[in-house]
Amino acid sequence: MNEEKIIQVENLTKKFGDFTAVKGITFDVYKGEIFGFLGANGAGKTTAMKMLIGISNPTSGKANVAGFDVLSQSEMVKKSIGYMSQKFSMYDDLTIKENITFFGGIYGLSRKQIKQKITQLVEELELQEVINNLVGSLPLGWKQKLSFSVALLHEPKIVFLDEPTGGVDPITRRQFWEMIYTQAYKGTTIFVTTHYMDEAEYCDRVSIMVDGAIEALDSPKKLKEQFQVDSMNDVFLKLARNIE
Amino acid sequence: MKTILFIIQKEFKQIFRDKSMLQLIFILPILQLLILSNAATFDVKNIAITFVDNNQSRESRELISAFDASTYFNVTESYFSENKAIEEMQKGKTDIIVNIPVNFNRNLQKDKKGSISVNINAIDAATAGVENVYVTQIVSAYNKNIQIQSKYISENKEVEQNIMVIPSFWYNNTLNYKTFMVPGILVLLVTMLTLFLSSMNIVREKELGTLEQINVTPIKKYQFIIGKLFPFWVLGLVILTVGLIISKVVFNVPMLGNILLVYGFTSIYLLLILGFGLFISNHTETQQQAMFIAWFFMVIFILMSGLFTPIESMPKWAQNITLLNPIRYFVEFIRMVLLKGSGFVEVLNNLLIVFGFAVVVNGLAVWSYKKTN
Amino acid sequence: MKRFIGFVKKEFYHIFRDKRSLFILFGMPIAQILLFGFAITNEINNVEIAIFDQSNDVETQKIINKIKSSPYFNVENQINKESDIEKEFKKGKIKAVLIFERDFSKNLQTKNVAVVQAITDATEPNVANTIANYTSAIIQNYQSQKKQPKTNLVKVEVQSRMFYNPELKSVFNFVPGVMTVILMLVSAMMTSISITREKEIGTMEILLVSPIKPFQVIIGKVFPYIFLSIINAIIILLLGFFVFKMPINGSLLLLSFESILFIISALSLGILISTISDSQQTAMMLSLMGLMLPVIILSGFIFPINSMPLPMQIISNIIPAKWFIIIVKAIMLKGVGIQYIWKETLILIGMTTLFITISIKKYKIRLE
Repeated sequence: MNEEKIIQVENLTKKFGDFTAVKGITFDVYKGEIFGFLGANGAGKTTAMKMLIGISNPTSGKANVAGFDVLSQSEMVKKSIGYMSQKFSMYDDLTIKENITFFGGIYGLSRKQIKQKITQLVEELELQEVINNLVGSLPLGWKQKLSFSVALLHEPKIVFLDEPTGGVDPITRRQFWEMIYTQAYKGTTIFVTTHYMDEAEYCDRVSIMVDGAIEALDSPKKLKEQFQVDSMNDVFLKLARNIE
Repeated sequence: MKTILFIIQKEFKQIFRDKSMLQLIFILPILQLLILSNAATFDVKNIAITFVDNNQSRESRELISAFDASTYFNVTESYFSENKAIEEMQKGKTDIIVNIPVNFNRNLQKDKKGSISVNINAIDAATAGVENVYVTQIVSAYNKNIQIQSKYISENKEVEQNIMVIPSFWYNNTLNYKTFMVPGILVLLVTMLTLFLSSMNIVREKELGTLEQINVTPIKKYQFIIGKLFPFWVLGLVILTVGLIISKVVFNVPMLGNILLVYGFTSIYLLLILGFGLFISNHTETQQQAMFIAWFFMVIFILMSGLFTPIESMPKWAQNITLLNPIRYFVEFIRMVLLKGSGFVEVLNNLLIVFGFAVVVNGLAVWSYKKTN
Repeated sequence: MKRFIGFVKKEFYHIFRDKRSLFILFGMPIAQILLFGFAITNEINNVEIAIFDQSNDVETQKIINKIKSSPYFNVENQINKESDIEKEFKKGKIKAVLIFERDFSKNLQTKNVAVVQAITDATEPNVANTIANYTSAIIQNYQSQKKQPKTNLVKVEVQSRMFYNPELKSVFNFVPGVMTVILMLVSAMMTSISITREKEIGTMEILLVSPIKPFQVIIGKVFPYIFLSIINAIIILLLGFFVFKMPINGSLLLLSFESILFIISALSLGILISTISDSQQTAMMLSLMGLMLPVIILSGFIFPINSMPLPMQIISNIIPAKWFIIIVKAIMLKGVGIQYIWKETLILIGMTTLFITISIKKYKIRLE
């Protein structure tokens, strides 16, 4: 594995009034790895991620993403990353083609590049039939695959995925993870939050957040050894119990 | 620039996709301009008037028929008891009760002086004032008439000195209210449409979650804002054009001034309104909130614009508030240019004020739009 | 029922948690009623006029002084040539110019007639007409003061009495009007948008598959707004009474009943709008863009309905606000009871029933 650090986080903290959502977390993500960001709902995953993608300013601490500081160079960060939010966020009242054109356009792709991308995506995702359908009419699984592809349009160095497989069936989830693998193989760093513990097994390394702090960080294999259990689910349960 | 084009393209697509919305955007303003312009008149007419004729003489009947002959009044049934007539007023069936006393004709002949009492429903004070003037006018015409008829005229040969007031009404000599109201209502409609749509626009993306997706892209604030507002700017000018055509063709509103000046002014004015809408959008979390705030300001802008009630009659502090009202400047402007043919120099003041507001409001709007929080 | 109460509670929480909306809902109507109550009047005074005195003699000076002392006019400046009139009008500040003819006094003495021309900028017909009337009134007054009273003239005198509003306060007309505009728009707009919002973000479906019945969902959503609107109505009436000294001559109970009736009819109009719109934007177009000007112009709030052309008078009948304004004025100022306004009340009840019936029909079609 490549040892080049593409995300460096140091003591990153976010406070909302009296409430500290993220308590000084520190970790690194290496280039090309699939980094799992685990935690229960409300553990601070999404808040931490929003600081890394430059739409939320840290209260204190530092983070460097793709070589840029998230506080002072957030617009540069945005050029180097893709993001897929937990809430589906494409325009329901536009067609697939129009959505791709729009997002390609605001990432600065030329009309020609956009055309190429559309042809490529139609082929990869077998969109021939639906390319001119409104996005609102698609099933959720399709929408999520599409969101992922749109997040990759400008060929970012890192992709942030916030609960990408929430609410879809196991088969679609599998297909989705195949897409993630393909992309990681091409050298894109994947930063993914999830609360499905079986998905954690697919990651190169995972961190587990509890109450705003990172309580464990290693490869799934090592974590299972460390906690002397058989599955990531048990790791998580044990960890949660220890904290209490 | 290229990025802006992508946003504009997307916004237009969204507007044109929602057919029912598109219909409303055009039908509502056109329909309202056509209908409401006819209703907005202060020309007091068809006043329901009731007589209580306790005298029942030739003189009293002549007086009543003088009212009947006037175009202002509709004489409704006459009653013998004042109470009965007042009851009619309470029911809202009549607005004026004229009471002619029992000795009316006798007093007139003996004392050369008769008197009638006139009770006016004064809930609407301004209308009541006008009604009072009309009653007085008809009675004084009646007075002149009976003097000519009466024998006293012979004793009164000396010619009076008389100062004549000759009114002349410029720009609108028939005192046509439509000429006055149509351009004003058009201004209101253009303003409402663009303010409501723009104030709902960005907060809508906030609510649907797409704004977050936009915020993680490297797009520049100004690109996003220009791209979002441009379609509404075009829409405003299109509605203005349709409205001007209706004004000319249907209402025959004179257009003495330079139409290009109207477009130039509107272009800047729309920037002000759209910037304001954007500002509202930035400071609200839901479309409902945005709508309510836009509504609040719109009602104030409309009622304090000088379109329906004169600004000069307001107390000084309220007149000062109207100085911040964009509609005020637009209404003044469009009347000056269309009806009086004022030119660039005469409207420069309004133009500069609106331009200044536009700069300030858009500055605030861009500043308050935050990609990060 | 328990479930329903729980649901209503949830709706209340929604509204009351959002402090900003709450502030807006109560603060803005108060601000509006105060602003409009003090500021708006359709009386015409302080009109800026200019004078073109071609004769400049004792007589004209006397008349000009009289005009200057009137509250209706502010004499802005003197004009020295006829061509300046157009210039002044185009600038827009001066609304009228009074021209005294050459040799004014001399003409009056020798020919017994002298002429004042009142040239008005009639782009505002109401103002122009009123200026013309005021000017002749002032000059007539001047003449009659100058003349010896002639006892031998036959004359009918008019003794006017202003009913219901002896001091001719504009605010008596505007408080009912502003109250109506606020209640109408707030109720219709807030309900239509809050129901379509649930549709748009998809929570409506969740509510509909829950064991709560559809009409309970709607009533639950509307209920808090009935409550809020009633409080708004009370605040407005209190301000009218204490700040603007607006009398409540009729029964307070009847006034409350009619206000609640009107609020419910506005809310049911809001429900109707929400059944025919799919997005909040459409609901907004219908309830705000569609209702605002018609309610202001066709309700009798500003423009007297009797003076409108007949087709407009007929159209005004479909505006619920028109009937409520008649009712409020009748109860508060005329002090009448239900026997005088039962017709208007029935019309409001009829409209409400109609709105609700259509909503239920539309709703059923949607569910099938």
